[in-house]
Amino acid sequence: MIRAILIFNNHGKPRLSKFYEHYTEDTEQQIIRETFHLVSKRDENVCNFLEGGMLIGGSDYKLIYRHYATLYFVFCVDSSESELGILDLIQVFVETLDKCFENVCELDLIFHVDKVHNILAEMVMGGMVLETNMNEIIMQVDAQNKMEKSEAGIAGAPARAVSAVKNMNLPEMPRNINIGDISIKVPNLPSFK
Amino acid sequence: MALKIVKGSIDRMFDKNLQDLVRGIRNHKEDEAKYISTCIDEIKQELKQDNIAVKANAVCKLTYLQMLGYDVSWAAFNIVEVMSSSKFTYKRIGYLAASQCFHESTDVIMLTTNQIRKDLSSPNQYDTGVALTGLSCFVTPDLARDLANDIMTLMSHTKPYIRKKAVLIMYKVFLKYPESLRPAFPRLKEKLEDPDPGVQSAAVNVICELARRNPKNYLSLAPLFFKLMTSSTNNWVLIKIIKLFGALTPLEPRLGKKLIEPLTNLIHSTSAMSLLYECVNTVIAVLISLSSGMPNHSASIQLCVQKLRILIEDSDQNLKYLGLLAMSKILKTHPKSVQSHKDLILQCLDDKDESIRLRALDLLYGMVSKKNLMEIVKKLMLHVDKAEGTTYRDELLTKIIDICSQSNYQYITNFEWYISILVELTRLEGTRHGHLIASQMLDVAIRVKAIRIFAVAQMATLLDNAHLLTGNMQRNGICEVLYAAAWICGEFSEHLENPMQTLEAMLRPKVATLPGHIQAVYVQNAAKLFSTVLKSQEGSTEGTAAQETSQLMIDRLPLFVQSANLEVQERASCILQLVKYIQKLQQKEVEVAEEVSALFAGELNPVAPKAQKKVPVPEGLDLDAWINEPPSESESEDEQPKAIFAKEEPKHSRSRHTEVDEKELARRREARKQEQANNPFYIKASPSSQKVYQESPGVEHIPVVQIDLTVPLKVPGLPMSDQYLKLEEERRQKERADKKKKEKKKRKEKRSGRGRRHDSGPESEEDITPAHMVDIVTEEMPENALPSDDDDKDPNDPHKALDIDLDNLVESAGRRPLADSEKLPVRSHRAAKVAKSPVEDGDAENTPPSQEPKKKSSKEKREKKKDKDRDRKKSKEEKKKKKHKHEEKEEDLLGGEADEPVVQSEDTTEVVALPTSTNAEVSDLDFWLSNAPVPSNTQEAATVAATAEADSVPEATSGTAPDSDHDEPKNSELEETKSSKHKKKKQKKEKEEKEKKKKKKHHHHHRHHSDGGADESVQNGTVEDEEPLPPMSNYCLLAENSYIKMMMEDADEVCDIQGNLQDGSQVVVSVIFENKCDSLLKSMEFNVLDSLNSKLQRPEGSGPHDGFTVPFQLPPGVSNEARLVFTVQSIVMPQKMKGTLTFIVKNEDSSIHEKLDFKLHFTCTSYLITTPCYSDAFAKLLESGDLKCSSVRLEEVNMPFHHLLARICFHHHFSVVERIDSCASMYSRSIQGHHVCLLVKTSGQTVSIDAKCDEPTLLGNVLDEIKQTFSQC
Repeated sequence: MIRAILIFNNHGKPRLSKFYEHYTEDTEQQIIRETFHLVSKRDENVCNFLEGGMLIGGSDYKLIYRHYATLYFVFCVDSSESELGILDLIQVFVETLDKCFENVCELDLIFHVDKVHNILAEMVMGGMVLETNMNEIIMQVDAQNKMEKSEAGIAGAPARAVSAVKNMNLPEMPRNINIGDISIKVPNLPSFK
Repeated sequence: MALKIVKGSIDRMFDKNLQDLVRGIRNHKEDEAKYISTCIDEIKQELKQDNIAVKANAVCKLTYLQMLGYDVSWAAFNIVEVMSSSKFTYKRIGYLAASQCFHESTDVIMLTTNQIRKDLSSPNQYDTGVALTGLSCFVTPDLARDLANDIMTLMSHTKPYIRKKAVLIMYKVFLKYPESLRPAFPRLKEKLEDPDPGVQSAAVNVICELARRNPKNYLSLAPLFFKLMTSSTNNWVLIKIIKLFGALTPLEPRLGKKLIEPLTNLIHSTSAMSLLYECVNTVIAVLISLSSGMPNHSASIQLCVQKLRILIEDSDQNLKYLGLLAMSKILKTHPKSVQSHKDLILQCLDDKDESIRLRALDLLYGMVSKKNLMEIVKKLMLHVDKAEGTTYRDELLTKIIDICSQSNYQYITNFEWYISILVELTRLEGTRHGHLIASQMLDVAIRVKAIRIFAVAQMATLLDNAHLLTGNMQRNGICEVLYAAAWICGEFSEHLENPMQTLEAMLRPKVATLPGHIQAVYVQNAAKLFSTVLKSQEGSTEGTAAQETSQLMIDRLPLFVQSANLEVQERASCILQLVKYIQKLQQKEVEVAEEVSALFAGELNPVAPKAQKKVPVPEGLDLDAWINEPPSESESEDEQPKAIFAKEEPKHSRSRHTEVDEKELARRREARKQEQANNPFYIKASPSSQKVYQESPGVEHIPVVQIDLTVPLKVPGLPMSDQYLKLEEERRQKERADKKKKEKKKRKEKRSGRGRRHDSGPESEEDITPAHMVDIVTEEMPENALPSDDDDKDPNDPHKALDIDLDNLVESAGRRPLADSEKLPVRSHRAAKVAKSPVEDGDAENTPPSQEPKKKSSKEKREKKKDKDRDRKKSKEEKKKKKHKHEEKEEDLLGGEADEPVVQSEDTTEVVALPTSTNAEVSDLDFWLSNAPVPSNTQEAATVAATAEADSVPEATSGTAPDSDHDEPKNSELEETKSSKHKKKKQKKEKEEKEKKKKKKHHHHHRHHSDGGADESVQNGTVEDEEPLPPMSNYCLLAENSYIKMMMEDADEVCDIQGNLQDGSQVVVSVIFENKCDSLLKSMEFNVLDSLNSKLQRPEGSGPHDGFTVPFQLPPGVSNEARLVFTVQSIVMPQKMKGTLTFIVKNEDSSIHEKLDFKLHFTCTSYLITTPCYSDAFAKLLESGDLKCSSVRLEEVNMPFHHLLARICFHHHFSVVERIDSCASMYSRSIQGHHVCLLVKTSGQTVSIDAKCDEPTLLGNVLDEIKQTFSQC
């Protein structure tokens, strides 16, 4: 079982948090802070597993994380999950984001956290891995987006126009925080499929 | 209206959407909280509007704010509103918000039930999908109960997308509503074989999660998972299954044996590290579960260790980490194989990665020996000094203590060294493990008597320097060691050099800043010290010294009397009064020392931690009963104040035998001293290099302030334990030298110490004698303590509720079927009613299955069983209503009296667990597992020879093949065997078959007539009375040549349950084809010559002589299974059928036509189906007089009666009706409705079977077959 999925940036700002068990908002924030604290002080070239913190987990739980450019992707899992499998799952997740957002960067996650949730929902459901095949995930996500578009129809057009106008004054926002080396896989870790 | 919509959408344009909110927050970095609070106000406004789009937008923003830590539960109702929008866009937003912030105590959840149900049945698969996803996050027990049935329906949805989600969410439903597990399980199991890999994976996922918590309930699924494991290519699924097997093997070692080979193959073949790693892990689990001594296993361990070494040596830190993790599992059972990699592990201790260092630390535990313990601990102590984070340092600390204390201090040769290590560890700043060090100190001091003098000296110094430990309040944890120090000094104060000094140290005002429980120990032990001091002072001439000591106590104790801690206060005031009294006596010049010390006399023995719990309650003692008359209500009220005191924390005081008179005590003490003096191993204050400081003269001559610098603690900076390392080395060298001298006295040449050391080579464990022999006192346990370990299971574990027996669930007679009460709740009342109303026409199959959603599964067999089940349930209902009056009529309705036993038994199955059913269950799995061979070497050699022979003369093999088909097709007793049918024969099986073949050559005749499945695996000769049933197998070799092997599994009859189609009986035969050559086998065609009586059922449209095309091809080494259905007319005689298998062997360049002949053998017992029978019905049946009688005697049957019965049940498909001592009545029914009743009696080795049946020919044949079964034994 996966207990929680967290994405935060190099400064510990949460970009996505998905808890598959109930915590109060305050505890959630503490968990994010603690996890960030644990993960961020680790070097780049150390292993991607660490025993969970005080708040989340216990001896049966592990934090499995990956660091891409400015973002940390952290999964808190129990012993029924394969460690390397989860690492691959994170890779699949990021690659899927990359496909869905076309060259994903932190800003995409910042502004479209709902979409990230929707993508994640196609991969993990209630703490259990639902689908690991990237094409299948993308297909389902696209199909749902298409449905959304068709529902918006003409009524949605003005809203989209406004949003486009709003987005025009974004020059100060850097678009170059690309998660560049997304295709680089961990050596000796052949892809799952 | 239209205008309103336009207006609404224009308004919406200028509402903030999520992106605007995020942008806004980013632009208000300084006053973020303020900005967000205005945003929340806006959102509140938006939520008040009617426009659902506006609401959805607001909810979307709330979801974001929730992530930032804002409580949005106030908007729960609005979220429900958005969830119930008809538009997918908004629905999705609503469900997302709900999944993020709803939980069990959200009260509006109960409003969602109907909405969710509507969404679940929506024609749009994404509506359903979104609802399932959301529900998986916030499902509550109520929702689970109300929706379980809907979700179960979705498990058979046409779209795999929905199916997989529905399957997955079932786990959450089970957790919240455990009652749903039994009804849903059959379908879940079905999904393991879903055509869609995603659904299959989801089902595997769910079952693995379930099985992880309660593995024993899922053992019977092992064959199915085994099949999946050998056929699946999805690594996710494989990993899950392999992990599951890891959880199952401890329960069933035979499963492990079966697994080793396929897993080893996977290890060799897979390129995915994740899979390799899990395989290694499970192989380790298997090896742990197996008792050692099996010849092949050392190879498996070697393989694992070797693969793990590769992982550890890898540059990838992840693999290194996992390698170490798995290594630590091997360590527990096979420490030797890990120890050879000590170099690697020690190297990992220096890794820069903390996670890896921690894992390496775990491994160190098994690396230590008497020889290297000091060295390793020294290394760890260096790490402790260097360590930065407190977590890692704490971890190091616990590991050092673990390593040293493991298996009762087995590896410690020098306890002085260990005490020094512990003392050194007290210098750690900010550790949380002070109590751990303390308990070690106590443990060692109490149990290692020889070390007490040294320990006391060390503790005294610790107490003296307590300010170093407590100086900084942040280092709170470590002051726990003072607890131990004070206690040791007090308890063993007779060993103190300078008790007065220690007493003073213990009464310093600073002590009052320590935590209460430590102060309490201080006070109590100050009193002990006081008694010791008094004794020594009274012995010496002047009485003033003693009076001064009393005065000191009286001066200092009031400080503690004022303590806020009750315990401290109470003890202090007690002791203060005592000392005052003593002082009074002293002033009268009365000798008091002896009396005072009597207060604390007696030895304290260590008690095992669980000892108290293990004391068995004496017979006849009812702990809950009142000892006196129960007090009246009013009295108990009066007594309440007392209860307050009773609740107080347990005191640290000890129970003592204070009544022992002084003389006795003195005698004992004298005796002890004598004993110690005579004990050569007891450390006396003898001159030894490191104990010079002990040679100080009488206590009173030492100035109080003088500190002996040789006591290690007082030399800060110089780690004192190092001394011991050096000393130890010297000592060992000396020992070696001594030994050598003795051995080679004649050799006079002396070598230099260094040279000697080099030459002596590695010393063996035994060579190292402990520095001082220590008597490690074992902990006391009550004499008749029960060895059982109490389960430390968490009673709140939600998985406990899921510990539900699922084996009996599979629809069949004789087991505990689903009771009506176990059905999932359904909404429609009407439907439920229909199901319960009596069915008058008696044709159960036509009744719609209203209680359970109709299965869309195409498996007609399953369907049939279901009907059967339902049928029975209905019969039961009917039965209850018409119990006496309409019995006969009812039988007619149900299609003949044949069904009567079924009906009857139904009433009992829920209450009475028939022994046969459990036996059958065991043997069912047993029989799958029994394929693991236990070959001896000679047999193996013979097997090889036999195979070679067979290979060289394929024709001959085919010729002899018919001999091998005498294992008659067995009717697997019950339908559960379904699971066992999904089997594959692996090479092990092959071996066994070969072996069997070889045996056949010897026992040809024997086998020909007998075999009732008495396989090689049936170790009947060895079974004892209470032993578990020997495995029984129904596999038999049908035919084999160099290309292919056919094995016939037990035949499984499927007949019409109505029993009215006298001619429509069917027999299903499962045949496993295994490719033995290196080429592809294809176009296999299976054909038999139909006899008048038995016919192969061929696909529609084919002629009576066409073969049955086997629907698969066989690549090299692969096996697969096909099922053939035969129609049988008469079942009273055994049948034989000749058949041929034709196939094409395809090589790279050529293809050859080949054929293989075989004979199929249907015995009479294979026409019997296990049918449970209630004893009343059985008696009635016997009374009816329609049955013909016959009997048979079996001589020299050497097996326990229950094995005998199990064997009859298993091989001949009977069920036990009743068993009284060595007599049992059994029942079975043929597929055409013949009753067969047996009365089995045993006396000594003779078994007599009286049988009755309405068809004498059938009975005769069945009895013959039973006789054959046992004549083999």
